[in-house]
Amino acid sequence: MLLGKIVGTAVATIKSPGLEGVKLLVVQPLSKSGEPAGNLQVAADAAQAGIGDTVFMVRAREASLALETKFVPVDLAAIGVVDRIDVDVSIRNFELDLGYSKFA
Amino acid sequence: MPVVIAKVVGTVVSTIKHPAYYGYKLQVVQPLHLPDDFLEASFLALDSVHAGVGDTVLVMREGNGARQITQIEDAPIISMIVGVLDSVEIE
Repeated sequence: MLLGKIVGTAVATIKSPGLEGVKLLVVQPLSKSGEPAGNLQVAADAAQAGIGDTVFMVRAREASLALETKFVPVDLAAIGVVDRIDVDVSIRNFELDLGYSKFA
Repeated sequence: MPVVIAKVVGTVVSTIKHPAYYGYKLQVVQPLHLPDDFLEASFLALDSVHAGVGDTVLVMREGNGARQITQIEDAPIISMIVGVLDSVEIE
């Protein structure tokens, strides 16, 4: 699952059967620090989200599971509207040491 | 990779969300890497084991397992935190 910010909507009249009534959102995927990460993408809306909202999204087969019709050609769906993100930026070292490491 | 070792770096709060997500925490996780490997992008994972920020965890990135844990047949969930690691030994 990933974070994104909705920057627009896309409208398509002719689309695959089963996608009627599904809103298409243009989203900018975000990194953990909230910075834009990668190119704009189109997501199906399963969270009643709108422009300006930060959402979380799901990819792959699970994207179509979020919609009313469960077997439709969709690869990204917005499934929740984000109220707040708390990220601890002081956690920096993501390297696993060789040998024995104790975490707890 | 279906299961990865990651560190919990943050929490996402959401009120309007898919019903399959109700009752679970949503965490931001950053996969860990070996000294000569590259850093993968962070992602979101649903928390089924009450992990906290700073914990090193086991994240399953596979939808069918997530659906078995939530016991919701058509849950749109891919990544789930399924364990809190105490230690790791790498030869």
